[in-house]
Amino acid sequence: MTPLDHAAGLPAWAAILVSVFLIIGAGLTVIGTIGFVRLPTFYERIHAPTLGTSWGTGGIVMASMIFFTVLATRPVVHEILIGIFVTVTTPVTLMLLARAALHRDRAEGNPDVPSEPPVPPSAAVQAEKA
Amino acid sequence: MSHTILFWSVTIAQFLLAAAMGLAVFRMFRGPRAQDRVLALDTLYVNSMLLLMVFGIRSGEVVYFEASLVIGMLGFVATVALAKFLMRGEVIE
Repeated sequence: MTPLDHAAGLPAWAAILVSVFLIIGAGLTVIGTIGFVRLPTFYERIHAPTLGTSWGTGGIVMASMIFFTVLATRPVVHEILIGIFVTVTTPVTLMLLARAALHRDRAEGNPDVPSEPPVPPSAAVQAEKA
Repeated sequence: MSHTILFWSVTIAQFLLAAAMGLAVFRMFRGPRAQDRVLALDTLYVNSMLLLMVFGIRSGEVVYFEASLVIGMLGFVATVALAKFLMRGEVIE
């Protein structure tokens, strides 16, 4: 069996829609990863792969949903789970990673990162009381 | 006609995602610091998850969806644990 024989009954509009979403998703993912390789500092690099986790994942999830929905002639939306999961978890991981990198840079006394912000007076008073 | 369009777009998407995985592996070996390697591993996880979903479209089976869901969850946990390790020097305090 050659690949994609199961998709022989797919109408042309669905095939074009699926193809457009696939190319958008994969293209944005590869652009994000190229940026990840080329950008000079870590704090710039951390932004680039989010192209793949936002519209890269969104495009491929939508392509998969359209493909299986049209092929099965009933709504198939379980791929949305991956989209929701990636959307929720990416900010968490990247914030944690950026805080860890900032902590490491400050601990080494790296002059390229901003120093620890001064403690505001009200918080300092509360800290003394505690 | 629709078969040809779909075949070529799936093939191109697979090549692009494989190239993205190669670039992430390059950055993981290049470094220069630990946080770059952790971020490269996270990017590699996301790219392989997307590649498995494209495999699912190519083969028409639902198994690949489950595999990519598992990869996404394990990638999240692994990256959080590694970031915690970079911050504190231990994972569980």
